[in-house]
Amino acid sequence: MKKLLLATALLALTGGTAIAQQTVRLGTEGGYPPYNFLNDAGEVDGFERELGDELCARANLTCEWVTNEWDSIIPNLVSGNYDAIMAGMSITPARDEVIDFSDPYTQPDPSAYAAPTGADVDIENAVIAAQTGTIQASEVASMPGATLVEFATPEETVAAVRNGEADAVIADKAFLVPIVEDDGDLAFVGDDVLLGGGIGVGLRESDDALQEQFNAAIQSMKDDGTLNELIAKWLPDSAQF
Amino acid sequence: MSCLQTIADYGLRSIGIGERLLPRSDFTLCQQVTLIGSGMIWNVYFGVVALCAGFFLATLLALGRTARPAILRKPAEWFVFLFRGSPLFIQFFFAYFAFLALKGRYAFFDPFTSAWAGALLVLFCNTAAYSGEIFYGALRSIPRGDLEAAEAYGLTGWKKFRRITFPTMLRLAWPAYINEAIFLFHATTLVFLSGFPAWQQRGDALYYAKYFADKTFNPFVPYPILAGFFILLTLCVIGIMGAMNRRLNRHLPQERRQALRLRPNFLR
Amino acid sequence: MFACTDPASLTGLHWLACYLTTGKHVAFYASFGTVLALLAITAPLALAFGFGGAIAARSRIAPLAWFGRFYIAIVRGVPDIAFFLFFVIALDQGIEWLRHKVKCPDWDMPVRQGSDFVVCAQAKLPLGTDPQWMHEIYGFALAVLTFAIVFGAFSANVLYGAMRAVPRAQMETAEAYGMTRRQAFRRILVPQMWVYALPGLSNLWMVLIKATPLLFLLGVEDIVYWARELGGSKTPNFTDYPHPDWRVWYFLALLVFYLIFTKVSEAVLDRLMRRLTHGQAVSGATMP
Repeated sequence: MKKLLLATALLALTGGTAIAQQTVRLGTEGGYPPYNFLNDAGEVDGFERELGDELCARANLTCEWVTNEWDSIIPNLVSGNYDAIMAGMSITPARDEVIDFSDPYTQPDPSAYAAPTGADVDIENAVIAAQTGTIQASEVASMPGATLVEFATPEETVAAVRNGEADAVIADKAFLVPIVEDDGDLAFVGDDVLLGGGIGVGLRESDDALQEQFNAAIQSMKDDGTLNELIAKWLPDSAQF
Repeated sequence: MSCLQTIADYGLRSIGIGERLLPRSDFTLCQQVTLIGSGMIWNVYFGVVALCAGFFLATLLALGRTARPAILRKPAEWFVFLFRGSPLFIQFFFAYFAFLALKGRYAFFDPFTSAWAGALLVLFCNTAAYSGEIFYGALRSIPRGDLEAAEAYGLTGWKKFRRITFPTMLRLAWPAYINEAIFLFHATTLVFLSGFPAWQQRGDALYYAKYFADKTFNPFVPYPILAGFFILLTLCVIGIMGAMNRRLNRHLPQERRQALRLRPNFLR
Repeated sequence: MFACTDPASLTGLHWLACYLTTGKHVAFYASFGTVLALLAITAPLALAFGFGGAIAARSRIAPLAWFGRFYIAIVRGVPDIAFFLFFVIALDQGIEWLRHKVKCPDWDMPVRQGSDFVVCAQAKLPLGTDPQWMHEIYGFALAVLTFAIVFGAFSANVLYGAMRAVPRAQMETAEAYGMTRRQAFRRILVPQMWVYALPGLSNLWMVLIKATPLLFLLGVEDIVYWARELGGSKTPNFTDYPHPDWRVWYFLALLVFYLIFTKVSEAVLDRLMRRLTHGQAVSGATMP
């Protein structure tokens, strides 16, 4: 079960006084490989799972993973149903107004277009599928010639290109790479576009202590190179630190 | 930007008229009310067209279910069972899937992968099945005496149906039919939520409410606005269909009218 | 027993057997239980809410009557989807706010800090230190309560109509026998109204069954959630069982589940109706 109730935010406010390990609930979507997805056993897996577990170990936190629909992932954070979001969420100014982010744990990841192999797609004037409410959807909406088609899940955006409803799909490149590699029918088209900043841990604005803990843990992983190892493992085409 | 300007820009946004870009920052209450209201155009369109068209199919289904020959009765029974027995959510999924497959083969199906035709067809079948069941219940509870009296007057066949059976059926079914209409309008919010993709950010009221909830990260403003619009819509539906109800029952003496309105006819 | 250690080398039925018994599939099967449990708890609760609402709407005390009518009219007027999308968070925050007021009277920080909703740790429900299953139960309970409030309004409407449909003469006779208003209500009105209410209530039950796919909006991982998750195409990098888009098969399974469930419900309700109308000359007896 996904959302709902957590706690501990306030333990975090009282700072490091608590000696007992603090429980932190991490919210994720579970549908955006390689960042986060459910493995065959039904558990959260992926880049962020491994990264999050390591960060928690370094910050001496007990972490629990919960999955939540992408649409309501921020309202449930600010409402206190979990304490942090690790869901491939790019740091954008609009999001930053409502929640806080830790330092980024990936370099800004480009978005890319994928289209049927061999199709001559003019991105500027094409029908482009994107997931509702993503920065990619906003990007396409503001392109004067392109037609935006929005789907509820990332899965459906790719399906739309396969079945011809859309000429191309736009999503984070790291999400599209394994799909394009596996499926000879799809290929990247056009240039990559850089949208948003890197991906960071989303936190409540009132949760400064937790933010510091995550920042310190991320910094230590950057320093000893373990973060780069994880990026190389899960996001082979992404830039490292 | 004044509120009037906002209404001019976004009042018809849901059907593609006005500003191309949706507001992206500094969201005002006026923008939210205007765009969500603009989306209501789709909810009203789906509801009204499906209800009116569904009415005729529902009558046929009800008659089919009372027909003696199995060749008429069975298809009607199966149609009603299939559409009443499965969630609309799943019907949308299958319809979209089927239309996509058909589209590749027959050009005729091109429009059906868009919500305006595809979702409308599903809603039409759905409401026809539910209303058909209501009408069938009403047909079976027409007092025998009424029909015998009609026969005594020499009315038969089509004439008997048009003058006696059909109006009586409507009269008996109407209170439940009002409920069905309300449910149908509410069900229109499901179209863009799960079934069909939104093109060029043209969606229904729920689509825009979600857009604002998504951008402002605050669900407590757009959804209550949406709820307000729907309460108004529901009141209109009850008002209009209540007036029809009074017209259907206008020949009855006052106290019987009262009694009929209270029939336990809450079938959906 | 099958060995599922190297799925890539498996073929045919053996592969399928392994595939259908992954942890994810077990979660999918379990979610059918979640849906049935939700229905089993929600139905009586909604009926209770409906009963309360109907009595309130009939009340002679004006504010109570207004409240009852307001509840019926407003909740019926709003699409359940719109209600689900914000009501659960509101309900959750409301409960925590109340607990916060009771448990932490000395709290000096505002509960709303910008967009954050912050209550003291003791007021959190369940407590942050509680295990995950407590959170799941709580989430499930919120979903049940939300469903019950929505469907309570509809059943209040049905019961309200049914109470008024009981023939006046019955109540007059009760009064003639010297029963008080309360006695007449308990002994005459309530037992008699069920037969009038049953067609409406059974219809509502059908609608309730068909509203369960919306559970995922309430944050409960229901059968639709898992069908989508399992059915989506899988690339070999992230699973041992790669497959193309199989959503249609999973949704077909859901369709069959709902059709069977509807059929069984219809049969049971038909029998109930026949028993209730046994020996009674009411129009309800002819209703399907």
